[in-house]
Amino acid sequence: MIVEIGHYTLILACCLSFIQGTIPLYGALNNKGRLMAVSAPAAYGQLFFAILSFAALMYAFVVSDFSVANVARNSHTLKPMLYKISAVWGNHEGSILFWALILSIYGAMVAYFGRNLPKTLHVKVLAIQALVGLGFYLFLLLTSNPFERVYPFPMEGNGLNPLLQDPGLAFHPPLLYMGYVGLSVTFSFAVGALIEGRVDAAWARWVRPWTLLAWCFLTAGITLGSWWAYYELGWGGWWFWDPVENASLMPWLAATALLHSAIVVEKRDTLKSWTVLLAIIAFSFSLLGTFIVRSGVLTSVHAFATDPERGVFILMFLFLVIGGSLLLFALRADKLQPGGLFAPISRESMLVINNLLLSVAAVVVLFGTLYPLLRDAFTGDKITVGPPFFNIAFGFLMIPLLLVMGVGPSVNWKRADLKGLASRLSFVFLTSLAATICFFIISGGGDIMAAVWLGLGLWLALSTLFEWAERIKIFKSGAIKRMSRQPRASLGMSFGHLGLAVAVIGMAGSSFWSTEYQNVMAYGDKAKIGGYELEFIDTDGVTGPNYTAVKASFDVSKEGIFIDTLEPEARVYLTPPMPTTEAAILSTFSGDLFVVIGEANSEGYDRWAVRLYYKPLQIWIWSGVIIMVIGGLISLSDRRFRTGAPKGGKK
Amino acid sequence: MAFDGNTRAGKRKKKRLYLVLTTMTILVLAVGLVLTALEDSISLFLDPSELKERNIADGQHIRLGGLVVEDSFVKDSDGLTYYFDVTDGAETVSVTYKGSLPDLFREGQGVVLEGKTNSKGPFNASEVLAKHDENYMPKEVMDSLKKRGVYRDANEEESI
Repeated sequence: MIVEIGHYTLILACCLSFIQGTIPLYGALNNKGRLMAVSAPAAYGQLFFAILSFAALMYAFVVSDFSVANVARNSHTLKPMLYKISAVWGNHEGSILFWALILSIYGAMVAYFGRNLPKTLHVKVLAIQALVGLGFYLFLLLTSNPFERVYPFPMEGNGLNPLLQDPGLAFHPPLLYMGYVGLSVTFSFAVGALIEGRVDAAWARWVRPWTLLAWCFLTAGITLGSWWAYYELGWGGWWFWDPVENASLMPWLAATALLHSAIVVEKRDTLKSWTVLLAIIAFSFSLLGTFIVRSGVLTSVHAFATDPERGVFILMFLFLVIGGSLLLFALRADKLQPGGLFAPISRESMLVINNLLLSVAAVVVLFGTLYPLLRDAFTGDKITVGPPFFNIAFGFLMIPLLLVMGVGPSVNWKRADLKGLASRLSFVFLTSLAATICFFIISGGGDIMAAVWLGLGLWLALSTLFEWAERIKIFKSGAIKRMSRQPRASLGMSFGHLGLAVAVIGMAGSSFWSTEYQNVMAYGDKAKIGGYELEFIDTDGVTGPNYTAVKASFDVSKEGIFIDTLEPEARVYLTPPMPTTEAAILSTFSGDLFVVIGEANSEGYDRWAVRLYYKPLQIWIWSGVIIMVIGGLISLSDRRFRTGAPKGGKK
Repeated sequence: MAFDGNTRAGKRKKKRLYLVLTTMTILVLAVGLVLTALEDSISLFLDPSELKERNIADGQHIRLGGLVVEDSFVKDSDGLTYYFDVTDGAETVSVTYKGSLPDLFREGQGVVLEGKTNSKGPFNASEVLAKHDENYMPKEVMDSLKKRGVYRDANEEESI
């Protein structure tokens, strides 16, 4: 019964989104106030029904109602409650419903927080938001109904892939989706502005917080996924240039570019049409990412053949949304008046270079991700584009980006004095350069790129701190007061850039100086890695809620002093029957010690295949990203974004 | 019209020129990077039949996919080197691999191996791939098996 209610409310949400997407829009175009008034209530109603629908599906998973096909395929009674719930979005149908739910949450947020927007723009933004939602509801109802029943129903479900049964992955999709879908708001604002034919500083002030919010979620979501891959897959790697990862990186790059170009629109009233285009592109990347990953099209084009209906719907939807908005852009972009001028050396120019590099990087990732599809379509060859492609092509684009990032914040708007700039930053630059050379010499002349990346990270960190110190005039009296009076947005920028610097240093350390040790070890055997000494003590059988495992214990010591006992596990899940490895990781400031045990050797159960990794500076990657997200949140709390709304300012 | 950098319209043109030049530079850089990087990073996916048919020069980076033949799996006395055969139903290739096997590696299951072609000895895999999705059978392997008429439609796979 509850399941049917879920299905029914899904249909109601679909109908409301249709109403929200058409009637008020007609009203706005013909200046009929009454029709426009339908907009916000429809958005709230749509959210209400979407929540009911999602709750009904969650209920079916929680009580393990296997008469629902989706539950039977993806759940199991023995699964811990957390994973019963995360299984709701761990499958195709449920994840699309989850998307639609978040879309309606954002829609309601725009309806509520946007009350002070010009009425016609508000209505248009909500209408676009609803039309995107309509596409998702129709996709669910027509091709991927999560509430479909099976008869006769099975007594037990198939279970969820054990690799996905992990707290990191339980929360990874929600965060990522909050990010993906958050870009829909920016998209709706962009399309709304195109219909209005007006983009100004106030518009940019509206768009930036939404982009920032989406960016924070996206950053956190991507990193959580990467962290999961790091400790769960047991390879010690944290980024594989897998299509799934690329699909989340592309919208992130576009959102990062958008974040910066919106500043230019707000401060200088220029780069308007580019910003609007970027908003469209960013959301297109999210849609592309969601659908391409979900449909499995990227591992093979033939994946569509298993369900041609879904494939056709997805292609049509992508075509309508992306093609339609780009067409609108082409028709209306000339309405957006170009604004202020700027010199080649100016903050604007630096941000333009940032945007160019980020967009080109996104296109390079897109190309590398889709190239196998193109090649298969044209020649029938099945190929993969390996990580070296991305490391080289993407990596080299990041070098100028990091260089410019160090300079950009110190450059004045409109026109900057190149000589003064050079003399201010030369100290920081030369220090970083000297450090790079030192790194290179100390590391024994290894890979020069390791030193380059470390040097770039250092340059970014130092120049960010330098710019901050200069801004608050740290050595003059009243620095503390100036520090506390800094606009939150500038402080957020400093945090964001510093976080990236920390992450870059971590990436350099972990990528270039990892060491690895593989061997078969017996009880009492010792191994040395990364300055640690490990002793294999013994193994023990463990039983979990839905798995059995062998737990090994290793005593870790450094210079003869005992530090910790690490206990990696080799698990075998019951449903579906599948072995997984649970790495044990000792994280410290200077590096991670990573221990994985494989299977027992055939000769006896006291000899085990053991893999040890030492990943220098690994924790810097995660810390750097946390600092970046904190920066985003600080920036989000800037009062400018609140006072940007007339009413909010009066409070 | 003469190029006049002092009027407003002229400034706009000048600005546009800088923008175009920067864009072009970055694009040229990017295209160059893409082309050079792509050359070394593409690996062709082959099944055992294609590997034998195609006569690919030695030392080419490829991915080989198929089913691990039942009872072909042998572990060397060093405990880290493995020998096994991979088949697509029509042809079979012997493989050696030194390293750690992914959790999902089993006889009778699909597998994708990375390595360089080598016409003399067994295929020397540098990596055994374990993609982190929930399909137990790599898509390419399934396609190849279907083509060779080996794949039995036991359970239609679900895509997440």
